[in-house]
Amino acid sequence: MAQFRLPSNSKITKGRHYSSKNIPESPKKLVIYRWDPEDNKNPRLDSYEIDQSKCGPMVLDALMKIKNEIDSTLTFRRSCREGVCGSCAMNIDGVNTLACLKSMSDVKKDIKIYPLPHMRVVKDLVPDLSKAYEQLASIKPWLERSKSNGNNSDNSKKETKQSPKDREKLDGKWECVLCFCCTTSCPSYWWNGDEYLGPAVLLQAARWVNDSRDTERKKRLSEINDSLKLYRCHSIMNCTRSCPKGLNPAKEIASLKKAIVTEL
Amino acid sequence: MYITIKHLNKMLDNRPLSPHLSIHKPVLTALFSISHRITGIGLSIGSVLISIWFLFINLGPNYFSYFEIFSKSIFFKIILIFWTVGIFYHLFNGCRKLYWSFGIGMELSTVYRSGYAVLFLTLISTVIVWLVL
Repeated sequence: MAQFRLPSNSKITKGRHYSSKNIPESPKKLVIYRWDPEDNKNPRLDSYEIDQSKCGPMVLDALMKIKNEIDSTLTFRRSCREGVCGSCAMNIDGVNTLACLKSMSDVKKDIKIYPLPHMRVVKDLVPDLSKAYEQLASIKPWLERSKSNGNNSDNSKKETKQSPKDREKLDGKWECVLCFCCTTSCPSYWWNGDEYLGPAVLLQAARWVNDSRDTERKKRLSEINDSLKLYRCHSIMNCTRSCPKGLNPAKEIASLKKAIVTEL
Repeated sequence: MYITIKHLNKMLDNRPLSPHLSIHKPVLTALFSISHRITGIGLSIGSVLISIWFLFINLGPNYFSYFEIFSKSIFFKIILIFWTVGIFYHLFNGCRKLYWSFGIGMELSTVYRSGYAVLFLTLISTVIVWLVL
């Protein structure tokens, strides 16, 4: 049964407020979820006042400014700062997105920042993604060529070409940066995350199912043909709403379901 | 201070769950989806009530007269209005889910438009049933 309320060790308490030392030209308040594994306390919400005129435009810029100038204990993941690595995924203003792609001016009021929803928190804004990565590994996200399919050891050295038309079938799938914004916005994944694979992993499944060079299409389809792994998707569409790369996992999941019905 | 395995395990056990329902913005498409479930549950309870009604008819006029009294109350009318809304919403949204199974109309903009269409059709049909019929 789904647990709709937070467990007692996860209830959020009030935290500290860090006000700006100088009078800011264009003030902006950020309210950030904090949890330190070492002090045995519940998570808290700290608020920081920054001067937007002395800061870059994105939420990630503000987080870096806070870490550099106000509170060096603030912890978050980041790397490329341009939406390519998928590291800085978090819940900003109620929607999962990448902090580096979210403009501060999009949020009219205080900017509220939480880690990705319904995940175990390692520290502050860093969620534990090991379960999601395990699920990704379970769909074998690599090219598979069976030997029985006319590929004996001789021609395995031969290049396997893909026509531009077949390559086009991977558009809308390969662009995924695996930030798990979609998976952690999905209520089905919140309540059944142990078994349900979630939109990000199913999108990857579709990416390999539709690769013309892969010979294991049927095997891949039958492996995900499971009431919990796949059919916990009820087309809630939160995944498509939150994808920072503008992809449509819900549509790809529907095409997987259709392929299972028509081809298996 | 150095961290022992025991200390580390305790830290892993204590990891809090990040907030979800309470902090995520409500998404319209998700509300459509949960309403489909709620109306579905409502309709299955309603079908039990209908069979009780048939039972009353079957038991004869004595029992049926009790139902007559109850059916004249406003409370009954309100339930019935909700039930018609439920039927039409579930019907039209069910159609949407049907063509989704063929992978049709799953672009985000189309999903929003068909969602509004379901609401509109539900409203119109309910009004027709209660005012015209």
